[in-house]
Amino acid sequence: MKVIELHKSVTESNDKDAEVLRKELKEKGVFLINLMSSAGSGKTTFLSKTILDLKEDYRIAVLEADIDASVDAEKIESLGAKSIQVHTDGMCHMDAGMTRRGLEEMGLEEVDIAFLENIGNLICPAEYDTGASKNVMILSVPEGDDKPLKYPLMFQTSDVLVITKMDTLPYFSFDLEKCTERVQFLNPKINIFPVSAKSGEGMKEWEEWLIEETRKWKE
Amino acid sequence: MHELSIVTHVAKTLDELAEENHISKIGSVTLEVGEVSGIMTDYFEDCWNYFKVKHPLLKEAKLKIEIIPAITFCEDCKKEYETVKYGKICPHCGSEHTYLKIGNECTIKEIEAETEESQG
Repeated sequence: MKVIELHKSVTESNDKDAEVLRKELKEKGVFLINLMSSAGSGKTTFLSKTILDLKEDYRIAVLEADIDASVDAEKIESLGAKSIQVHTDGMCHMDAGMTRRGLEEMGLEEVDIAFLENIGNLICPAEYDTGASKNVMILSVPEGDDKPLKYPLMFQTSDVLVITKMDTLPYFSFDLEKCTERVQFLNPKINIFPVSAKSGEGMKEWEEWLIEETRKWKE
Repeated sequence: MHELSIVTHVAKTLDELAEENHISKIGSVTLEVGEVSGIMTDYFEDCWNYFKVKHPLLKEAKLKIEIIPAITFCEDCKKEYETVKYGKICPHCGSEHTYLKIGNECTIKEIEAETEESQG
């Protein structure tokens, strides 16, 4: 036996797959968003509102990977977006290979924006590159402003933080300023959008970001 | 929390390496695991032993784990300290402006392998 030195990251095979997928999506003009959050953060409601607002101008698709999301897939389709349920069999995250299989099964023809609804937790999904163009995470007001302290990696790897359920702010001791400060300390480049999908507050700013980034991706 | 999927990614990397280098058998795999990488080494070993018997290349591969101690660097006083003992706040000057220098990684350091050449 001989010793072979490698010094390779254990996720290297995934990182390579993710790069290849990202390149292919760029060529096809599909803007893929990896959407991460805890379970119950209002992800599906937020997505539904986004689809309703943008479906006239963009062809939207949703890859549902959350374990409890079969109901969500039907809801998304009723709004007029393409949707597929990925059966993750209890896995705690999506990797690039699983994302590719889901996208291929769904078909990427006539898609401008695709959302990957990742598994609902703030730990494992942050460690795997899915091949997405951008990472977006959702934190809801009832979850609390201390989450950046507890799950720093998730906030560090995200390009956008959407704070949902802003209409419930009067009922919780959620300090938006403190939360923003904590998040920006971890990740100075992050875009933060406080929204309420229910009242529509803040949705316009988020959608403008999405439209602009999609335009850049398709160039 | 995702030890088994890390095992499958390691296997994939080694499969590719084996093909490029005509490796027929792997005797051992040494991983460097950071103290705060979030990987439970006991559980990782269980996953390894469960997985390897199903994977011809790794069937006889022993897993060796080397722990890398976590070190945090303070941007204010420019000193280093043990992450696990003190956390985010610098014990030298009390600053919060600190970042993890090492201890979050998980890498395949080396393997012991039999190649077709070394056999013949």
